[in-house]
Amino acid sequence: MNRTRLSLIAAAAALALTAGCAKKPPSHIPPPPMNGSATQGGEAGTPGPESGTVGQTGLGGAHADFMRSVPSDRVFFGTDEYALDDQDRHTLDAQAAWLTAHPAVSVTIEGHCDERGTREYNLALGDRRANAVKDYLQAKGVPAGRMTTISYGKERPVALGSNEEAWAQNRRAVTVVPE
Amino acid sequence: MVRFSLLLASALAFGAPAVAQMPPAPPPAPTSAAPAAPTSAEPPPLEVDVVGGISAPLPIDIPVMPTPASAATPAGETGALGQQVAQIVANDLKGSGLFNPSGPAGLPPVAFPQVAAPDYSIWSGTGAQALVQGFVQANADGRLTVGCYLYDTAAKKELTRQGFVVTPALWRRAAHKCADMVYTRLTGEGPYFDSRIVYVSETGPKAHRIKRLAIMDQDGASHRFLTNGQSIVLTPRFAPNQQTIVYMSYVGERPRVYVYDIGSGRQRLLVSQPYMTFAPRFSPDGRWVVFSMSVNGNTDIYRVSASGGEPHRLTDAPGIDTGGSYSPDGGRIVFESDRGGSQQLYVMNADGSNQHRISFGGGTYATPVWSPRGDLIAFTHIGAARFRIGTMSADGGGEKMLTDAWQDESPTWAPNGRVIMYFRTAQGSGRTELWSVDLTGVNARHIPTPLDGSDPAWSPILP
Repeated sequence: MNRTRLSLIAAAAALALTAGCAKKPPSHIPPPPMNGSATQGGEAGTPGPESGTVGQTGLGGAHADFMRSVPSDRVFFGTDEYALDDQDRHTLDAQAAWLTAHPAVSVTIEGHCDERGTREYNLALGDRRANAVKDYLQAKGVPAGRMTTISYGKERPVALGSNEEAWAQNRRAVTVVPE
Repeated sequence: MVRFSLLLASALAFGAPAVAQMPPAPPPAPTSAAPAAPTSAEPPPLEVDVVGGISAPLPIDIPVMPTPASAATPAGETGALGQQVAQIVANDLKGSGLFNPSGPAGLPPVAFPQVAAPDYSIWSGTGAQALVQGFVQANADGRLTVGCYLYDTAAKKELTRQGFVVTPALWRRAAHKCADMVYTRLTGEGPYFDSRIVYVSETGPKAHRIKRLAIMDQDGASHRFLTNGQSIVLTPRFAPNQQTIVYMSYVGERPRVYVYDIGSGRQRLLVSQPYMTFAPRFSPDGRWVVFSMSVNGNTDIYRVSASGGEPHRLTDAPGIDTGGSYSPDGGRIVFESDRGGSQQLYVMNADGSNQHRISFGGGTYATPVWSPRGDLIAFTHIGAARFRIGTMSADGGGEKMLTDAWQDESPTWAPNGRVIMYFRTAQGSGRTELWSVDLTGVNARHIPTPLDGSDPAWSPILP
């Protein structure tokens, strides 16, 4: 029994050491949602979660300006992870700067997971990821009251394959600025 | 090896159904009510080996159930109902994996007077070891009586009988009760055919699944949708009274646990806290709901009165604690936590004390569910790129894997603790199906649903 537990601990330690390798963003970052409705939720007439906030549509909208101004509206995570790395912080620094310059805009931060987790655990993990982003933006000066978090667990993937590349795109937190 | 002999099964067989709407009916008025004379040399007792017996399921004959007088009812003509009831009994028994039924098609007709006095010259020669006979009768008050009789065709004797009086709308339940009578009498296991499944019906593209709560009988009949698909719905679970469901909905883009009343279709928010609540389950007495709440990225397990009020926190580890499920005596809760670095199973007392890990088999463990018999915990095991359904004893020993697919998840127990339902996700398409498997890991069956299906939850046995 003791031997079993020791080897388990060793295995866990080994896993922890290699876990970092699994991290990092997909080689092809998915295109950001375009202005308008073409990519919103995928299905005509069925608003996706990213359009959960109903707002003004137009080239001059806050959403379009945000998407032009930041490297990405989303950051990516390793399997079962919710820590931010340098690239994530670079992205979020730009988001924080934009949000500071647009103090009237409130955002929703969505946390998502890949399909290779159980449903309830993924809900909690998505919440962790959304809050990791929220906490970072707050530390950069964005008032917490302007940010709402929501976890979608594995319910709303953007990449549809069942492979590591798709999963890497789905392990994400997205800062959603209303149209 | 535990073999339930006829004698043991006799001790376990239940008596009259404890149902107001289904009092035991009088036996039919046969012309000859005398039981067959016992033979001098008693054959070995009829039994079903419930541990290893699935390789040789018990052959059993189920002829059409006659009617004493053809009558039109809202459920159909009584003679036609006799055919359908026999078919449901056969389907239920076959589905258990423990029986190999013949009939009703292809078996000789049974005259009404023979229901209580079978013609053993016919039934002893079919190769079956048991015989189910019955009748369907329309009563003067508009209700139906379904009589159900079980015979040992080798010993040429009656083993048990029951009558069920139902409104025509509930005729299928009378058939399931009959099948449960046969199943419990011959296996010694508790009943489970007269039960329902609530689950999440899925359709639409992988990136935007439309999810609706749906409910159906255990055999897939009487299917209906409970929600319209406008909001994501997840993880429905029955209350012990079978009339109430707890589940999670994204209505208003605020993911929260709701309590839904099946009869009225009305629902209410479980708790008013401004955080995501999920993973709900009732306590066995129905007084409490255990659930998870994520507060600023930290998920803990809470308990709240089923009628609402202030939640009481049960865990405070900095990791993710979720998936709580009560033991059948209500004294303990099994749950999953990644407090040690990966998802593992833990057990605590119902007040949150004495939290200790029980899973040590390697890989990660999730979605624990305590068996209604109390002896086992079913779970999802993740390892070697597989999601498999398994069981272990409540103290963590005796681990056993029951399925082996790319992604099986979310077990739920049949009310007798003998069968486990779960859902299977297809690699690539992400499409989902409901499956069930026997506790021994055999008889894995796809449960057909009108659309895709996930997150099944089995009801208790209906009263």
